[in-house]
Amino acid sequence: MADEHNMRRVTAIRNGTVIDHIPSGQSLKVLELLNIARDTSVPVSLVMNVPSKKMGSKDIVKVEDRELTQTELDRLALVAPDSSIAIIRAYTVAEKLEVNLGKEVRNVVQCTFSNCITQNLREPLPHRLRVTSTDPLTLRCHYCQRPQDLDELIHNLL
Amino acid sequence: MGMLGWLHRRGLEMKGLITMDDLTNEDILSILDDAARLLPVARGETYLPLLEGKILGNLFFEPSTRTRMSFETAMKRLGGDVVNLGDVKTSSVVKGETLFDTIQMVDGYTDIIAMRHPRQGAARYAQDAARVPILNGGDGAGHHPTQTMLDLFTILQSHGTLEGLSVVLAGDLRYGRTVHSLSHALVRFGCKLILASPELLRMPAEIIEDLREHGADVLETEDLLGNINDADVVYMTRIQKERFADEDEYTKVAGAYKLHARDVANVKAEMIIMHPLPRVDEIHPSVDSTRHARYFEQAFNGVVARMALLCRLLNIEVPAEIQGGEA
Repeated sequence: MADEHNMRRVTAIRNGTVIDHIPSGQSLKVLELLNIARDTSVPVSLVMNVPSKKMGSKDIVKVEDRELTQTELDRLALVAPDSSIAIIRAYTVAEKLEVNLGKEVRNVVQCTFSNCITQNLREPLPHRLRVTSTDPLTLRCHYCQRPQDLDELIHNLL
Repeated sequence: MGMLGWLHRRGLEMKGLITMDDLTNEDILSILDDAARLLPVARGETYLPLLEGKILGNLFFEPSTRTRMSFETAMKRLGGDVVNLGDVKTSSVVKGETLFDTIQMVDGYTDIIAMRHPRQGAARYAQDAARVPILNGGDGAGHHPTQTMLDLFTILQSHGTLEGLSVVLAGDLRYGRTVHSLSHALVRFGCKLILASPELLRMPAEIIEDLREHGADVLETEDLLGNINDADVVYMTRIQKERFADEDEYTKVAGAYKLHARDVANVKAEMIIMHPLPRVDEIHPSVDSTRHARYFEQAFNGVVARMALLCRLLNIEVPAEIQGGEA
């Protein structure tokens, strides 16, 4: 089966987190979102643009020796809302998790509008983006109410 | 107790006025009704110290003449007092104080805050940080709801209703925060909007989207004069030179958004011309003496509308009958 074959492109991990069904080409953003790119202590495997029955093509990320928390994974909804997550313990799937954006994204990203009050990073109140629709994903800043440019937003991670 | 717990304890139950969404249509009409009864107090014919012992904090991080002065007048006509931030250049703001900290201080000194800030979203931010109600007197290119209340008061005074009017909003619709707040309120009363502006200064797409979501009848056009004859209200705004790349471009474009007395020869008799002021040359002085000009009354109405808002947000009831008041 195509999916099983894809999973074998990189070896199975003993312990850690597998993020599957990431839209093709978005896995680098996923690493960025989860701050994995900056954490050099754990092995990370990345598979890009592999065939998928469900999505045509997809990316997969495997993070070894780290179980990502639900809060961390919820950030994924910004770029990969339909991704599926498995927590692996001793080579078997111990838990399956779903990403959930909720009604508001709090302290994950900064509003993209250059004249928003939250541009001053010394201001202590939380960065808050309201989810105004999920399909397609649209977000608005709680403070300035400007709609957010999703491509730009990814560069504004906190 | 952590900061958030502290904020929570202080409570956010007393909401201010940040955008027009903070008011229902019933709220709007009842505040405007209070405003009408307060007219003799605003004119100084009757002294009614409803807000005696209350202090307004005027926090203007950006220059303002009318808004700041009318808040101050409104407070004083009702027996209240005002403290001012003063010149931003000499205040703690230049030392790098955050808005959060400034608000914490003023929140402790006052019962209500009126503010204007160059950054968009500042008023909502301040409301989240404050215990006392915040009145948004303009945040960047965002909202200016107290201006909208006085605009609605002026329209109601002239037409006797806010329902179903045909309103032309003209000039700088992109950066003009007064028209952003006003357009929201008008569509909620079923008004038809004609948005006349140069291409460069069109109403922001997200606002048009919001208006259409309310089921609004909105027409975008570059033609002002061709659209005024059927209008009940023509609301002019100032087009600023600095929005354009060069002065020639400005002169060419801005010329199409000017009104002269001869332009209003064939308009409806009861049509009114409004302007948030200051005007530069978008309304020629020849218009001042026509029956249509309302911008000076509009500016005066800033006092009475803000009096009614201050009373409402401070939970002070305006008496049903005021001596010397209108029936």
